[in-house]
Amino acid sequence: MTTKTQEEKASTRDMAGLLFGDLWDYAPAPESTEHVRYAQRYGHFINGQFVDGKDYFPTINPATEEVIAEFAAADEAEVDRAVQAARNAYDGVWSKMKPAERAKYIYRIGRLIQEKARELSILETMDGGKPIRESRDVDVPLVAAHFLYYAGWADKLQYAFPGARVSSLGVAGQVIPWNFPLLMAAWKVAPALAAGNTVVLKPAETTPLTAMKLAEICQEADLPPGVVNIVNGAGRTGAAIVNHPQIDKVAFTGSTDVGKIIQRAIAGTHKRLTLELGGKGANIIFEDAAIDQAVEGIIQGIFFNQGHVCCAGSRLLVQESVVDEVVQKLRIRMESLRVGDPLDKNTDIGAINSRAQLEKIHELVQSGVDEGAKLYQSSCSLPERGFFYRPSVFTEVAQSHRIAQEEIFGPVLSVLTFRTPEEAMKKANNTPYGLSAGIWSDKGSKLFSVAGAIRAGVVWGNTYNQFDPASPFGGYKESGFGREGGLHGLKPYLEVR
Amino acid sequence: MQSYRLPKIPTVDQVQVEARAASFTKRSIKKETKRAALEMAIQMMDLTTLEGMDSEGKVQMMCKKAVQPMIGRPCPSVAAVCVYPTLVGVAKRALEGSQVKVAAVATAFPSGQSFLPIRLEEIRQTVAEGADEIDMVISRGAFLSGEYARIFDEVAASKEACGEAHLKVILETGELGAYDQVRKASQIAMDAGADFIKTSTGKVSEAATLPVTLVMLEAVRDFYMQTGKKIGVKPAGGIRKAKQSWHYLVMVKETLGDDWLTPDLFRLGASSLLNDVLMQLERLETGHYQSNLYFSED
Repeated sequence: MTTKTQEEKASTRDMAGLLFGDLWDYAPAPESTEHVRYAQRYGHFINGQFVDGKDYFPTINPATEEVIAEFAAADEAEVDRAVQAARNAYDGVWSKMKPAERAKYIYRIGRLIQEKARELSILETMDGGKPIRESRDVDVPLVAAHFLYYAGWADKLQYAFPGARVSSLGVAGQVIPWNFPLLMAAWKVAPALAAGNTVVLKPAETTPLTAMKLAEICQEADLPPGVVNIVNGAGRTGAAIVNHPQIDKVAFTGSTDVGKIIQRAIAGTHKRLTLELGGKGANIIFEDAAIDQAVEGIIQGIFFNQGHVCCAGSRLLVQESVVDEVVQKLRIRMESLRVGDPLDKNTDIGAINSRAQLEKIHELVQSGVDEGAKLYQSSCSLPERGFFYRPSVFTEVAQSHRIAQEEIFGPVLSVLTFRTPEEAMKKANNTPYGLSAGIWSDKGSKLFSVAGAIRAGVVWGNTYNQFDPASPFGGYKESGFGREGGLHGLKPYLEVR
Repeated sequence: MQSYRLPKIPTVDQVQVEARAASFTKRSIKKETKRAALEMAIQMMDLTTLEGMDSEGKVQMMCKKAVQPMIGRPCPSVAAVCVYPTLVGVAKRALEGSQVKVAAVATAFPSGQSFLPIRLEEIRQTVAEGADEIDMVISRGAFLSGEYARIFDEVAASKEACGEAHLKVILETGELGAYDQVRKASQIAMDAGADFIKTSTGKVSEAATLPVTLVMLEAVRDFYMQTGKKIGVKPAGGIRKAKQSWHYLVMVKETLGDDWLTPDLFRLGASSLLNDVLMQLERLETGHYQSNLYFSED
């Protein structure tokens, strides 16, 4: 037998008497990057062409800290060219095209994404740090599903809103975050195109790579020039899009702070706005829940995508009678999480997206320790290079702690307790956010009554972080407004009369 | 004597337990990890024949294969052979001098529908014939009627009848109808003194599955955390491919940890799995798949 003997076990740790060591360890299983193609330098994608830019900045692989490629930061003039291209495409081609023809292009984009799924998954993982298991099994399949879903609506808009007349808005300016780069692009572009609008999209400055692949796919699909324009850059570029007078609709996913700036900036203009912002999702575990599966749901809720998820279940509310059992089982489960090379097919938790984000996580965790919460971290070893953070759980957390109120956006869970369903609902709602929540109970009546009382756009029952193109997603309160996905997701891109 | 009362145990959510079980099949098992898995699978295997047509000759040949699954290269022996009670003596003699244990199904296998004294006597005679391990079945009819104390008493009496022999309790999960029931039956068997809990007889069409086994592993983990006793788990029936065997090993490793990666605490009950495992080992060695004609059917 080639496994190690009990005596040779190098890194084991006693978890309630259970040993999660390397008696039989998984050999490295890195996904090969040999077949992926990308340029060393990207400007912008305007009017169907890749154009050079100026002021190049690097995008790095957060797992290795190596530069992948350089990207240009668009200034106001370049953004203006992109908006003009989108305007011309809207007036000249896209708004006049038969809806069934429009649908064909969107469908073709979806099919091309499926064909290139492997390459897109690898690039997404290289640029953003998320495990290949997730980009391969979650992100990219959902991206394709989104395009295919909205392709279906393109020629059925009049049936989508019975009794009303619908028409497109014009040019949509869309700014997306770094946590699900390609998926957020799909959430924005697919419904906009299906509704008959043209777009100017800006990917996040730390994860622009797959958006450029999406641009290539638009070319390959023969999408008419100017229907999709993608400009690179950071906040200044985003502001130029938002403030451009020829933009008819702004869609933003990102932080609540920036969302507020955007809302102020376009107040008093004709621009429509949807915002999908931060969250501090409550994941509520009742004592009658299937505890082992609830623990799995807690893990999915907070450690999916390193916790870089706006709807993450980052506030765990556990009924006092089962809190010891839940926390113990959670700690045991955390020991089998594999943190490391995102390209390894056995990695569960990849790299933190950027140094800045890693520092923010460190700072918030320190505040939790300083404020008196009890920190527990898994014993896994971390790679020497790259931005990594151990799966972490805080117990003895109070609602007043920063770690219970602020979005950490990392693999850090705060555990609070409650005694009655009323208290659970009250605590779940006691936050300026309202994006998501989870409820775990074997009792159907309780599940539905609590779900109805939670002020959040998405409430999952006995599951967490499930997404589907047909299902609307969006926030209450400071988590934003407007919905993406499903029929609801078409409305912000349409004039419904 | 107070009759047994089922303690409070967690419920099981079907959708989520199946999703979790499926996640173990996503692990990438390559190279040395695969070789180690294949060798572990052999070492943890209960090589089984349970047919009406089983004969001395059949069992003797299977025992030879159990001791030395492959000629011409080093290969571990399997953990045990699993036979009907009347063939225990034959198996015992054929395995003399080896480490391979003899397991026998007893207690009116596979239905368990006989009188308790007869079932207990069957255990005693089988142990007297030399069986190291007894694989008993629970009375599913009684269990489904909610007669938990009766199940407890029968398992406890069977354990006593086993004496030194190890007791594996077959829950026949394919007849229990729900994961919650699997969890309950596991608890009763462990409370009553089972050394192992086993999924299936192999005689019912839904035999071992990953989610059913996961429910049992979780029951074993909770029992260990409460009592400090380590109970073994044996999925049996329907495990025919080498790939399936490492899915189970991944699940054990990530649910119960390293301590359970031993034949003392984990077994795979199978009849046709061994040759597929050998074929995969051969492929790792030579880089080619060999025709199944090169693997002996014993």
